[in-house]
Amino acid sequence: MLDAKIPAGPLDDKWTDYKGHCKLVNPANKRKLEVIIVGTGLAGASAAASLGELGYKVKAFCFQDSPRRAHSIAAQGGINAAKNYQNDGDSVFRLFYDTIKGGDYRAREANVHRLAEVSANIIDQCVAQGVPFAREYGGLLSNRSFGGTQVQRTFYAAGQTGQQLLIGAYQALERQVALDNVKMYARHEMLEVVMVDGKARGIIAKDLVSGKLERHFGHAVLLCSGGYGNVFYLSTNAMGSNVTAAWKAHKKGAAFANPCFTQIHPTCIPVSGDHQSKLTLMSESLRNDGRIWVPKKQGDNRKASEIPEEERDYYLERRYPAFGNLVPRDVASRAAKERCDAGYGVGTSKQAVYLDYGAAIERYGRIEASKEGKDNASIEEIITWGKGVVKEKYGNLFDMYEKITGENPYEVPMRIYPAVHYTMGGLWVDYELQTTLKGLYALGEANFSDHGANRLGASALMQGLADGYFVIPYTIGNYLADEIYNKPISTDHEAFVAAEKEVSERIEKLMSIKGTQTVESFHKRLGKIIWDKCGMARNEQGLKQAIAEVQALKKEFWSDVKIPGTVHEYNPELDKAGRVADFIELGELMCIDALNRNESCGGHFREEYQTPDGEALRDDENFMYVAAWEFKGDSNWELHKEPLQYEVIKPTQRNYK
Amino acid sequence: MNLTLKVWRQKNTNEKGGFETYQVKDISSEMSFLEMFDVLNEQLIRDNKEPIAFDHDCREGICGMCSMYINGKPHGPWQANTTCQLHMRAFKDGDTIVVEPWRAKAFPVIKDLVVDRSAFDRIIQAGGYISVNTGNAVDGNALPIEKAKADASFAAAMCIGCGACVAACKNSSAMLFLSAKVSHLALLPQGNPERKTRVVDMVAQMDKEGFGACTNTGACEATCPKEISIANIARLNQEYLVAGLTANK
Repeated sequence: MLDAKIPAGPLDDKWTDYKGHCKLVNPANKRKLEVIIVGTGLAGASAAASLGELGYKVKAFCFQDSPRRAHSIAAQGGINAAKNYQNDGDSVFRLFYDTIKGGDYRAREANVHRLAEVSANIIDQCVAQGVPFAREYGGLLSNRSFGGTQVQRTFYAAGQTGQQLLIGAYQALERQVALDNVKMYARHEMLEVVMVDGKARGIIAKDLVSGKLERHFGHAVLLCSGGYGNVFYLSTNAMGSNVTAAWKAHKKGAAFANPCFTQIHPTCIPVSGDHQSKLTLMSESLRNDGRIWVPKKQGDNRKASEIPEEERDYYLERRYPAFGNLVPRDVASRAAKERCDAGYGVGTSKQAVYLDYGAAIERYGRIEASKEGKDNASIEEIITWGKGVVKEKYGNLFDMYEKITGENPYEVPMRIYPAVHYTMGGLWVDYELQTTLKGLYALGEANFSDHGANRLGASALMQGLADGYFVIPYTIGNYLADEIYNKPISTDHEAFVAAEKEVSERIEKLMSIKGTQTVESFHKRLGKIIWDKCGMARNEQGLKQAIAEVQALKKEFWSDVKIPGTVHEYNPELDKAGRVADFIELGELMCIDALNRNESCGGHFREEYQTPDGEALRDDENFMYVAAWEFKGDSNWELHKEPLQYEVIKPTQRNYK
Repeated sequence: MNLTLKVWRQKNTNEKGGFETYQVKDISSEMSFLEMFDVLNEQLIRDNKEPIAFDHDCREGICGMCSMYINGKPHGPWQANTTCQLHMRAFKDGDTIVVEPWRAKAFPVIKDLVVDRSAFDRIIQAGGYISVNTGNAVDGNALPIEKAKADASFAAAMCIGCGACVAACKNSSAMLFLSAKVSHLALLPQGNPERKTRVVDMVAQMDKEGFGACTNTGACEATCPKEISIANIARLNQEYLVAGLTANK
């Protein structure tokens, strides 16, 4: 079932060879070929713009009121690229190597190498579009450091890199809308894939304003619908982010790969109470300059400012001297959990650690004093200057922290705790980004391909844009070249009729339950099960319990959910109910996958499998494979294994010490 | 804390709307404003009433989707803030809070507090981009850009397209939104080739959408969650004038 279609030949030449030999579609024929794109984040918007420019007829869908609002917009810290502008030893190989190692040797070499190869083009493209990246005084692009690397290869626009990149892609997309190459459907949600003769030929979408179902034909369908972090209820994802598009494809036959590989980001604002609806990330870039610590004494209730330097435990610097505060996310998150579980946590909940800018403010202040030639500046002056520098680099993040917590992070250390942020798992795709369903592709976070068991910071933006701008324009041609003889299929075709019927029956079924519990309450309960038992640490017993609990929750949901309103109107509760129903099914598969993987790797930490000093212990002999699950029916999946072959890199135990 | 809410309810675009009054109890000061609305909606659903429709997504102040007019101010009482980042410590026990949708001819109400802002997308379609196809770009460092200009461009590009500027303006003018986009691109050398047509076409589209004229009142700047400066409007006027006098089109 799984043919990754990795081109033959040396790693360095695979992508070049592929591009040189893949099939092409001539411009006149492109105009006759229709492509459906679901989702308009970095992957979807860049794909829609690029395919529109090539001349394909594109239809793009998003559930938000404008494509510009997709959740890529919230990415803060930056985007990696192997430009080596800093002359610090970066290269395509190093970016490739860091990403494979960061992913704990559970990603495909060929895909990751291609990602590293095109990374430099992404920066060039974005600059050309007018993305205002941060610059040095000489006018050249600025870089910062990110976790899991020892070079500075991250390009950024203050703490709003995702916003600026998405606006760039959105502008390119809107330009194609104006040229009539792309037709945009905002406030629409995809609810089914339509398969005709074994190929994806369209979708059933719901107009969220009128509640009407629509049929849309495409010679190919691209899912760029993001990740499934909201299965945890609380995550840094947007409220609307969901797995529904990917899940519908999965239930139609697309294999779902490594669902248990989820990323818990170490630096988020801690939960403040039961009312919490979402969590907010504090960019990883803050670990560049901030130092993470907890008191050396358990249950220390003193204020941070009252704890002297020698009574602070900078545990990341202590445990990982080589990478210090810049260890990868999975390592940093587990270390924070370990300290809090051991009773060293801070704040009222004791489920938090400090991220302290005191030292950075002073260091930057001294640099400014030196620039101004003021050798005998007072400490107050130095701190004022230092705050100015920190404000320029991270001002919007500090403001956000203050708005949420009511505390001023320039004066007191921030309290942070890990939170669900990204999902490395997703629809299984081959080298061409095609799923196991012909004609159905998955791009960006929606696929599983590049990050293995743990994603490095600033690599999600890179992957989304790589897939959309530089990979799919080539690989889709290789498929569509054989489709030029196929005329568009009428949406009166029986496959469309049947798919629409399926969707409307499901909606009717949801509406007819008329139970007593709200959608939100089910989502919260699901999130708690998954977070407690399939979160930062997992074990066999807990996962088995979780599977039983999720199955019971599913039964309860389908017999007691309460949905107000009617079908043919703007009804967000109904839309949410459909998404939560899919999350419940996915939650079960995540636990099954986590239970199957009897090893620890990256973000997947099975308590039974750890080294004596608490690091993840892989089992390469038995688990060096991608777990791709095929849907076989209610609570029933078949596992297919794609063995991972490392031809260039030799997997070792990850070491950040 | 316990609060009284007066919320605009409107079934759809065509039907007439009106205020409804609701009571919410035991609201924590640590909740966000939208979490308070979540509590209210859960309560309404349990009481077999229809929940209030409102736009929201990222809940971290960057997507621009949330859009409530709170006590006569877009996004509520805090400076430089979006509705989703407004927290309940801004209010005190016993307060009455009035919540309305954005009000503008160009933003028709879809339902309750949800409005249609697609006019903004059409303004961008009229020219809010640089015409460069994928794959054409030269090296990112081939074109050094003065830091001050890059920073000024970024400051304008921070616009989240929420529409608060329009909602705050007595004329429902979209000049701050438009000027932010024009400035973002006009301040960069990459934006130069299309500089004149861009501003002329975008202004024409803005007028066509039914936004009002700018009378330099400054309510837009005062309410903008991203503190986009009104100086951008001055730059827009200058760009427009120059384009009008010198463009070939």
